[in-house]
Amino acid sequence: MTIPCRFIVNGSAVSGSFPPMRRLLDVLRGECGLTATKEGCGEGECGSCAVLLDDTLVNSCLVPIADVNGREVTTLEGLPKDDPLFAAFAATGGTQCGICTPGMIMAARALLNDCLRPDLSQTREALSGNLCRCTGYGGIYAAIRTASGQGE
Amino acid sequence: MYTSMHNDSRFGTTPLKDAPLRKDGMEKVRGTARYVADITYPGMLHAVTARTRLPGGTIASITFDDHVPWSEYVVVTARDIPGINAVKMIETDQPVLVETHYRHAGEPVVLIAHPDPQALADALAAVHIDERPYAKPPVFAIEEALRADTRRIAADNVYRDYLMEKGSVMDAEKESCQVFEAEYHTGAQEHLYIEPQGMMARMEGGILTVEGSLQCPYYVHAALMYATGLPEERVRVLQCATGGAFGGKEEYPSHIACHAALVTMKAGGRPVALIYGRGEDMAVTPKRHPSRSRVRLGASRDGRLRFIDIDFVIDGGAYLTLSPVVLSRGVIHAAGPYRCDNVRVRARAVATNHPPFGAFRGFGAPQSIFALEAALDELARMLEMEPDVLRRRNVLAPGDISPAGQRIEGPLDMQRVIGQALEACDYHAKVEAYRQWNAQKGAIRKGIGLATFYHGAGFTGNGELALRSRAGLRVGADGLVEILTSTTEMGQGMQTTLSGIVAEALRIPYEGVAVARPDTRDVPNSGPTVASRTCMVVGAILARAADDLIARLRADAALPSVYGYGEFRDACARLHAAGGVTTIIADYRHPAGNEWDESVFQGSPYASFAWACYVAEVEVDAVTGETRIVDFTAVQEVGRVVHATVAAGQIEGGVVQGIGYALFEDVRFGADGQMANNRITNYIIPTSADIPPIRVLFLESRHGAGPGGAAGIGELPMDGPAPAIINAINAALGTEIRHVPAMPEHILAAMDRRSA
Amino acid sequence: MRWYAPRKLHEALALLTERPDLIPIAGGTDIMVGRDPRACGHDYLSLANVAALRGIRETPAGVAIGALATMTEIGRHPIVCRALPALAASARATGAFAIQNRATLGGNIMNASPAADNAPVLLAYGASVSLMSVARLRHVPYENFHSGYKVTVRRPEEILGEIFVPYAPLGARHYFRKVGTRRAQAISKVGLAALLVGRPGAWERVRFGFSSVAATPILACALAATITGTARGLPDDEGLAEALGRDLAARDDIRSTAEYRRRIALNLVREALAPWRHQGGCDAGQ
Repeated sequence: MTIPCRFIVNGSAVSGSFPPMRRLLDVLRGECGLTATKEGCGEGECGSCAVLLDDTLVNSCLVPIADVNGREVTTLEGLPKDDPLFAAFAATGGTQCGICTPGMIMAARALLNDCLRPDLSQTREALSGNLCRCTGYGGIYAAIRTASGQGE
Repeated sequence: MYTSMHNDSRFGTTPLKDAPLRKDGMEKVRGTARYVADITYPGMLHAVTARTRLPGGTIASITFDDHVPWSEYVVVTARDIPGINAVKMIETDQPVLVETHYRHAGEPVVLIAHPDPQALADALAAVHIDERPYAKPPVFAIEEALRADTRRIAADNVYRDYLMEKGSVMDAEKESCQVFEAEYHTGAQEHLYIEPQGMMARMEGGILTVEGSLQCPYYVHAALMYATGLPEERVRVLQCATGGAFGGKEEYPSHIACHAALVTMKAGGRPVALIYGRGEDMAVTPKRHPSRSRVRLGASRDGRLRFIDIDFVIDGGAYLTLSPVVLSRGVIHAAGPYRCDNVRVRARAVATNHPPFGAFRGFGAPQSIFALEAALDELARMLEMEPDVLRRRNVLAPGDISPAGQRIEGPLDMQRVIGQALEACDYHAKVEAYRQWNAQKGAIRKGIGLATFYHGAGFTGNGELALRSRAGLRVGADGLVEILTSTTEMGQGMQTTLSGIVAEALRIPYEGVAVARPDTRDVPNSGPTVASRTCMVVGAILARAADDLIARLRADAALPSVYGYGEFRDACARLHAAGGVTTIIADYRHPAGNEWDESVFQGSPYASFAWACYVAEVEVDAVTGETRIVDFTAVQEVGRVVHATVAAGQIEGGVVQGIGYALFEDVRFGADGQMANNRITNYIIPTSADIPPIRVLFLESRHGAGPGGAAGIGELPMDGPAPAIINAINAALGTEIRHVPAMPEHILAAMDRRSA
Repeated sequence: MRWYAPRKLHEALALLTERPDLIPIAGGTDIMVGRDPRACGHDYLSLANVAALRGIRETPAGVAIGALATMTEIGRHPIVCRALPALAASARATGAFAIQNRATLGGNIMNASPAADNAPVLLAYGASVSLMSVARLRHVPYENFHSGYKVTVRRPEEILGEIFVPYAPLGARHYFRKVGTRRAQAISKVGLAALLVGRPGAWERVRFGFSSVAATPILACALAATITGTARGLPDDEGLAEALGRDLAARDDIRSTAEYRRRIALNLVREALAPWRHQGGCDAGQ
């Protein structure tokens, strides 16, 4: 059985009929063609699929699409093109293989929306749900520092 | 406060702000890089794999339940293999799909594909593989494998038995010396690249085209030819953006590629996606080899090493795969960067019924280095010496002969590396302060520990000679220089590093160089992307290709002897006008005097080494046995840093994997020999909350064989953290922990043993 | 597969009376894990839109937490942080931010995992829960809520309404510590929360709630009796261990060993009872 759902993705209306327990992640990557959002584990552990749901950070692999009805989703593709996080992540070693990067940037965006100039301990806590296997996190901290105007 | 001191001017490294942007940075931060799971083709099929469940046995029959409409599916078994049913690697003992006999749980037997991925679960459940166990019980432990009365998996259950010998341990033992002896163990380690493995195959114009997440395009190419029987020109392999690999995508992609290829060939060339879920990936793909080392060290009272005697065994798992070369690297690194006239390292790779173990950053060296470095601390304790003093007394210097018989060439200075590391973290003051702190017997115990080590860059021994790698440059009318190499970007920054090397050699801006997509139809075989060889080996080939290109531009396009970028581009345009797109391919040249005798493990095993001293500081909670790394210092002599951000990222990332290896990452095997905790929830890797400040310092003496004196660095940071951390824990607690991972459970137990 | 998403509590209750087989779902952070996306057959009752189940209310006797209150809301709530600091700490220790934004307190205890991060705190504080059906409303002390491994006393037609957490006596000691292998985003090997009234050596009333040491989260009653029943000072380690042995039923599993769990359960109890000098726990009294 499918149910009708209407919601906003990156400012555009999406409507369709979906199996209610279909994961938001699959709808974003499939029907919406927005493949920046990645699947790393499918159980909410790695954070690669993180998006904003009504401006709140969520793991899209754990959100049933029926729950998105009437709400607003922002993926990496929906961030402003001049979000300082992009340039900062590219310049400081915040990305290596790149698979965790979209989720990491979404978590960083959620952090900066909440806190203009996070310190290191706030940054570490805010990113603790996003696993990175390449960078050792140092380049990522540097990116957030730079993007929040705390660069050297 | 987090500090990354790789831009510290005291150490002569290029400041971070001057480093050009990484080539693949923007597409990755924008999310536009295309990974294999991001690709779709019209009419594409999705495939899954049915596998064996028993740890070795025979397949009596395969049956398919009637309720599934099988005509909608593509079903592939061993009978559908047009070529040879073996995955081409060092040997060909491992089947692409099991027909009858098999050796471990999780071996592929049947492939099923359907246009609707939702239709696969039911079908998979409707395939019944009737398996019969072997009479003798499966073998999962090294010592069991070596017993004569257990199940035989390979001849004597020993894949390889090596001996590296120098001087005479027996003679050295006759003279008076202090002897320390102990046994060390390391566990398996899962790569946990965040992108699971996957391949996409299709027939395009009669050409089998396979693209996916992989490290070594030509390994996959060779495996596809072997299994499909297709000629070279009808097989094409392309790399997609690859979401981490660390050795884990060196070998297994050949399996998945063969599987996807078999399905597309049976399905009339329709595109087939074979993408693993996380659980499947963790259960069936190779991991770091578990090891057991018996270490005997003889030393004079003043701490000079008289002999090093090591018996090193790794668990190879059920097929040979890459175990011989993992073992040889482990052997060569087993006696460390130390001066010692009498060395004996016996090393074996044994067969068990685990899924095969394979390549993982460090490739045998982290295992043997852990044992030696942990043993050295215990020897120091026995001799009542400080661990740093013991190492300084024995570490190799230019002019010395290494345990493998290699003469160490200057100008590198390992004493300076050690000195920098100890100074950067204020080592001596902390040793004293922690001693006093721990005397109070509070809930938190503090310790500091170090490890000194080196890591050889490039293939071991004559490996590079055998590979005969090639790489090249291509230039068209616009003067953009494209690098042609089968070396792959998997996050380590190869595009950036090689572009920097080529730009420097051509004396043009970094922006004037690009890297062509690895595509076996378009790029020459530069060998696999492994063994810290990219910068040193492939970089050197490309630097020579650049010289050839300049010579060509001078000869055929009037490039002046001193030129600016505009003149370079003008010359390229003239070259193009005269003869079209120009491609220059250069070949590998073996450094003179680098001879290696594989039969006795003596000679020059590597063209150059990176040298390092790492220091870990820990706090252990005596209430729970939990360990927190509070500070980490990584000082390395790497010859030359080509790109500061990329190089520092390699070190920091490797250190964090090493922290996981030391403290968290515990592969638990089930009764079937497969990884039982095959979920990210249950296999614990470090999060941002677990990571200390990591000080990364580079020394650059230009001693390496690569461009500008660079050595390889990719694997180095995997070697040092585990011994440094275990030495710090043992220093904090007075324990004798001799294995990794040292989980809180083990640490509490070790504390109990000590108080008992 | 059917999906019901009522907005009104009475509609939800009516649906559940009619269809007691419906699986209630709130934030989904447990139910969605490991669920085969192709599985059919289950019908769900989404509670996410039922406004009456939201919110955190202050009452004269304690804090009433709607079943749909998220970990983020609880962890940041000023009254929870001030008056029930161990609960704020356990909420902040439940997964990472992206989980805390979706995971609800009701879901955490209805999932009934023995490793539930908030369960020890609710046990220590002496919380109670309200279970509602069309026919009636009943209150159950939380210590009676879990009746077996992954089983609760909720009847199929009931919805978990509120979790009521009474205030602690003034000057009480609040303790919470979760032990996993790493510092964030780990499933606990042992979780302990304690509420202690009195002072070291002369405890008047103590409650210890544990996770991951038995088939359900447990209130360690034998331990409490031993501590408050000891006339002079603390029982010794053997006494504590003996009492804990009666309360705990620790097992080996993929995450740890029974032996380690018993060991650190005892160590954590000693830490909670000792003059404050520990590093890892939440000292809420200060």
